[in-house]
Amino acid sequence: MTRFWTRLVVVLTVLTGLNYIAWRWMSSLNWDAWWIALPLVAAETYSLIDVMLFGMTVWNLKIRKGAPQPPHDATVDVFITTYNEDLDMVLTTALAAQRIRHPHSTWILDDGARPELKALCEQHGLGYVTRSGEWTKDLPRHAKAGNLNNALMVTHGEFLLILDADQIPEPDILEKTLGYFNNRRVALVQTPQYFSNVPASDPLGSQAPLFYGPIQQGKDGWNAAFFCGSNAILRREALMQLGLVGYVKETEKSIRRALAASRAAIRQARKSADVESPLVAGVLDEVEAATREAQQEVDAGQPLGEVTYRVRRRVDAAVQTLVQADVAALQADLEEIAAMELAHVGESGVPVVADDAVQRMSARDWSPLGALESVQAVLDALTVERSNEAQPVMPLATISVTEDMATAMRMHAMGWESVYHHEILAYGLAPEDIATMLTQRLRWAQGTIQVLLRENPLVQKGLKIGQRLMYFATMWTYLSGFAAVIYFAAPIIYLLLGILPVSSLSWDFFIRFIPFMVVNQLLFAVAGRGIPTWRGQQYSLALFPTWIKACTTAARNVWFGRPLGFAVTPKARQSGGPSWSLIRPQIVVSILLALAAVVGIVRLATGLAEPLGTLVNVVWVVFDLVVMSILVRAVLYKGYEPAAEPANREES
Amino acid sequence: MEFSYEVKDSYAEVKADGRLNMVSAPKLREFVTDVIAGGSNRIVVNLENTAFMDSSGLGALIGCLKAARQAGGDLRIAAVQPQVNMVLKLTSMDKVLTAYTTAEEAFSND
Repeated sequence: MTRFWTRLVVVLTVLTGLNYIAWRWMSSLNWDAWWIALPLVAAETYSLIDVMLFGMTVWNLKIRKGAPQPPHDATVDVFITTYNEDLDMVLTTALAAQRIRHPHSTWILDDGARPELKALCEQHGLGYVTRSGEWTKDLPRHAKAGNLNNALMVTHGEFLLILDADQIPEPDILEKTLGYFNNRRVALVQTPQYFSNVPASDPLGSQAPLFYGPIQQGKDGWNAAFFCGSNAILRREALMQLGLVGYVKETEKSIRRALAASRAAIRQARKSADVESPLVAGVLDEVEAATREAQQEVDAGQPLGEVTYRVRRRVDAAVQTLVQADVAALQADLEEIAAMELAHVGESGVPVVADDAVQRMSARDWSPLGALESVQAVLDALTVERSNEAQPVMPLATISVTEDMATAMRMHAMGWESVYHHEILAYGLAPEDIATMLTQRLRWAQGTIQVLLRENPLVQKGLKIGQRLMYFATMWTYLSGFAAVIYFAAPIIYLLLGILPVSSLSWDFFIRFIPFMVVNQLLFAVAGRGIPTWRGQQYSLALFPTWIKACTTAARNVWFGRPLGFAVTPKARQSGGPSWSLIRPQIVVSILLALAAVVGIVRLATGLAEPLGTLVNVVWVVFDLVVMSILVRAVLYKGYEPAAEPANREES
Repeated sequence: MEFSYEVKDSYAEVKADGRLNMVSAPKLREFVTDVIAGGSNRIVVNLENTAFMDSSGLGALIGCLKAARQAGGDLRIAAVQPQVNMVLKLTSMDKVLTAYTTAEEAFSND
């Protein structure tokens, strides 16, 4: 029945929304002020698409009735990822994980490689994993994804429960979720992330009841519920398949790239005046022949390992011939010298260069071919060892700082299924200060935009249309910062200058706009079934500088290889007084809005502005200011004080 | 690779800076041949700034030694760096070319 009402309101939202936006585009634009009229209608169109995607999400809301009995012999590794978090916190989580009832092994994945933590693990019988020796300094570490990928290579459980260092699990977390994997296509079960250190008023907007509720349940209905980094169970087989497919894909890509580059490198080497010796020309001929043959073999679909091995062998043989020729010439010179004056050569006659010396002089690091750097570089790239990564198989995606979403999307593209289990089975700690909260939100937004730019869900092979739109919906919401700026600018422009982006605020406007707004709010109420969504709405608008920064930094990172300026979210409260400087753009905008309202009212009083336009825009300003007011509370928030609560879970 | 030379009292010092490999080896031969043709047959190759040498580079050194001997003089090497030293030892060429610590020392005893 709920589903019927939800769908009805979705249909009404779409109809009223399209009716309003179509009218806006076709007959309401004030072309004299196109510079604000067009941005505003574009922002409104953005918002309508956002709402339509939300409507599509809740259209298929899936309310699961719990998992079947899990197989008793399912083996599970529980991974607790940590980098620099407080040891007490990590240990509390690990000991709670140890008490999970279904048989399992508990591992602490310590990216900080702290000896104290290692000692604690030994003391409590916990597994302890740090990066293996392969993760040398010059190779990318891939943060949490790298930490998990490293641990996957040294553990064996069929299933993996991933927990952030602060997420204290319930003892029945596995019993309640493992049964979903009886379906052999299920690769992921995600449970909510809930925070125990957040007051009911939630000043930092930490809880995400809409996301860990209707949104994930809706995505679940489209088989697109995604991995959120913690409180989730993954099937190792699916991850390994992802890693292997990724490995093959990356290897073929890099081999093809190297083969294509080899022609240019050889041509250039030939042209350079440095290479005059016929011997060197001979080696180049041999290298060219080998790469040409390799190209044909790769095109014919021959195994890459064998193809590259053959190239390597042929080139090695050619290089050895070259070294032997050098040595033979040298030996001949020595004979001549000896013939001139024996004594100077030494008592035991002419020294002979041994075969193993020739071998050594032919090895990659001392090879004469090294002089032709571009040729050497191409040959180095012709390997299946993926030498630019610490381990060839990277099961968790490393294309984004939110490896979780990227990984889930790749799983879905390979035909795996996911489950969202709507029951709190772990209790975490949310940031307790605005600085940490902003860092965290920025990171999520950056990661999401990275995935959008690197592997746009709309064009990923293997995803169904519903899945594509579900991933796209999440990414789309992170573009809201740009729309927010326009929503703030429009009333300021009207109240200060009297320029209205709409041709007239007439009956035509209200009769289309008001039904849409009402049905829109109704949709959130029906879909949310009474959960508080206001805090989320406030933050999606108020954090506009964060969203914009995320988009620009992620785009620079993906397109120009610039660093993200990424930081690990600190779990402990940052010290210091209220940090107003963190919300400077919002303060400036709020002051402008308030000033604009005052000026608008003065203009109205002096007859410079009309009443209806002023009223609408002042109401709009008041709404914006109420939205922004949450930031004042966020800056002044002094952290969680559990005293008021009768029972504190954290200490249980 | 950059070459330079300086005529000292009893010898000419050739400096070879960079990587002595397949590409630069023929240039060393040419350079030293020119120095010998210029009248110096006692040559010290200062390898202070030669970080790397491959089989071609080694061949060039021996070739230069031969040229110096043919001109009635000698060729010695000085200030050998670790990788070059390894190559010399590995190929037993350290028995042919003694490595002196500095260029001044190379011809100091004769």
